[in-house]
Amino acid sequence: MSDDSDNYMDAASFEGSDIVEDYQSSNPSEAFSDDDVEIEDNEAFIVNEPVKPKKSKFDVDYKVYDINDIISNQQSETEQVCSIFGLQRQDATILLRHFGWNREKLIERYSEDPERILKQVGLAPGTSASAQSDSRANSPVRLKRVKGFTCEICFTGSEDTSTQTLALACGHRFCSDCWKMHCEEKISGQGESRKIECMQGDCQTVMSEQVISQVVPEYIFQRYQTLANKTYVEDNRRGLRFCPGPDCGNVIECQVRGSDLESLIPIVVCKCGQASCFGCSFSGDHRPALCGVTKLWVKKCEDDSETANWISANTKECPRCHSTIEKNGGCNHMTCRKCRHEWCWICMGDWSAHGTSYYNCNRFEDKSGKDARDGQQKSRVSLERYLHYYNRFSNHEQSARLDQELYAKTERKMDEMQRSTSLTWIEVQFVKKAVETVTKCRMTLKWTYAMAYYLDRNSMTELFEDNQADLEKAVENLSELLEKPLDVETIPELRSQMQNATNYVKSRQNILLEDTLQGHMEDRWSYHITIPSLA
Amino acid sequence: MSLPKRILKEAERLQVDAPEGSYRILEEYATEMMFKGLKPAQGPDGSPFEKGIFSLELWLPSSYPMEPPRVRFLTKIYHPNIDKLGRICLDILKDKWSPALQIRTVLLSIQALLSAPNPDDPLANDVAEHYKSDEKAAIQVSKEWTHKFAQPA
Ligand SMILES: [Zn+2]
Ligand SMILES: [Zn+2]
Ligand SMILES: [Zn+2]
Ligand SMILES: [Zn+2]
Ligand SMILES: [Zn+2]
Ligand SMILES: [Zn+2]
Repeated sequence: MSDDSDNYMDAASFEGSDIVEDYQSSNPSEAFSDDDVEIEDNEAFIVNEPVKPKKSKFDVDYKVYDINDIISNQQSETEQVCSIFGLQRQDATILLRHFGWNREKLIERYSEDPERILKQVGLAPGTSASAQSDSRANSPVRLKRVKGFTCEICFTGSEDTSTQTLALACGHRFCSDCWKMHCEEKISGQGESRKIECMQGDCQTVMSEQVISQVVPEYIFQRYQTLANKTYVEDNRRGLRFCPGPDCGNVIECQVRGSDLESLIPIVVCKCGQASCFGCSFSGDHRPALCGVTKLWVKKCEDDSETANWISANTKECPRCHSTIEKNGGCNHMTCRKCRHEWCWICMGDWSAHGTSYYNCNRFEDKSGKDARDGQQKSRVSLERYLHYYNRFSNHEQSARLDQELYAKTERKMDEMQRSTSLTWIEVQFVKKAVETVTKCRMTLKWTYAMAYYLDRNSMTELFEDNQADLEKAVENLSELLEKPLDVETIPELRSQMQNATNYVKSRQNILLEDTLQGHMEDRWSYHITIPSLA
Repeated sequence: MSLPKRILKEAERLQVDAPEGSYRILEEYATEMMFKGLKPAQGPDGSPFEKGIFSLELWLPSSYPMEPPRVRFLTKIYHPNIDKLGRICLDILKDKWSPALQIRTVLLSIQALLSAPNPDDPLANDVAEHYKSDEKAAIQVSKEWTHKFAQPA
């Protein structure tokens, strides 16, 4: 594989990592690369002409860190503070955690008044203000057996027993079991990692990582470190974010400002393959919809989709006050719970006009009923409009799943074919490529429907919908090809058909994305609703 | 399950030397311990709660003393830091708890809270508002409630 990792990350952090290849193949800019499938399939043979995925202007720069990178980043930031102020490493860690890893702020405050800051973060001995970090350095905190010690917390220990104890720099000595339980409660019970203080009331002396490791079992200490790493990432809120991939734990660094999100969609792809949006934390590629549009749409679907279908089938609005009425039971005589208006479910006219013919409505042509039905029609239009877009959105989601299932079957078939025929692994890869392309494009299509729902009706929107229709047609075409049976005889023909179709789908996706993203930058799209800013 | 030494010791001390009234362990479960005031707390002199007899419920979570005890007023009380359910807004019962503190310390702090209501850190918002807008009238209501609800059975 080529070595253009420096497009996205500094090569140093991933040197020798075998995941780099996966990462690159799912590079978000791949959609814009115009290398055709043929070349990619055979790239293993073209040693001297590596394929370079281009970074488009619609992509953002980002780096992917694994947990070891995160740990060493913390270490080097700590080292820096140590060397500036001649502090001990564990003290510098405590200081940095206190200041939420804001080094500039820490350096500024510490330079002003070191003693006050040390005291504030719990580094100065609580009892005597005179003892300073020098004396702490000389006597590191260690467990100590003390004879005739009674712990003031658990009251264990007596004159003739000796007890394992520990005292922090403040001198408050308790038994090691109590320290252990104290830390466990803070770590496992409260999820605390920033600051665990001395057990004495009013004493703010902080337990260092080194002390905690002496009193808790290994698994608790690991949990503590996990929490500390999490806090580090969260403290760097603007620049760092966890990958939302299942069980991933990688961290992505990216610099986007809130105002960028009005014209840019910062999609990042982790080494684990998970795409996500750095702007709004959505776990997936929501291009071409902006973060604000995505947020609106997701919210709307949460609120409406489950009930929307049901509502349209089982409820009507009261012709007088427009509150929603659910029909329960077979009786057509409806009484509005809110305004007490009585009306007929079938014709929506006044119930009083029905006279005594309660059980069959013969007033469908009546004027009052017709007006009511028209009004109903109008207020239903907005729901139907939403359902139009929602159904297409969710249809692509479902189809993508079905395509994947189909592929699982096909893969088994291809496996068989490789073993029973003369076909090589490379020769059957075209199906895989096709499925990947279809899946990605269905995601794109999905989000075009979310975006279209909010777009104004104008000529720009028409062009957008033309692109959408072209991509949709191409995708459905390729999807159909995927369903064709695989036979050794038909494979060469199917292969060339599918490769052509795959290339065509990719090019349609390129056109749609490029034009739409360009439109975001040019502020070409107008919406009939205010798009919330995520700044 | 026998009670941890710490709890026995505290109960013992409270019998001899409780700040207001004596306490003993009423119920004992595998995971939770309940202290119930037999001789309830008395409102401090000079406060609107003077001469009132207040029952408290004290429940010790299984991780006590690493976690604070849960304390609640059983007697109705008109106080800006105590809500309708008797829950108490007191820092040492929350984030300022330290395992070196004891039930005794908690009871003393509650006494202090009765002497000096703090409407700036309210739990019962309406009462706190009342205390802030018209302290005299609010104190009067506190006195009335003490007279009405906090009397020995
Ligand atoms: Zn102890
Ligand atoms: Zn201490
Ligand atoms: Zn990941
Ligand atoms: Zn987003
Ligand atoms: Zn009505
Ligand atoms: Zn009718």
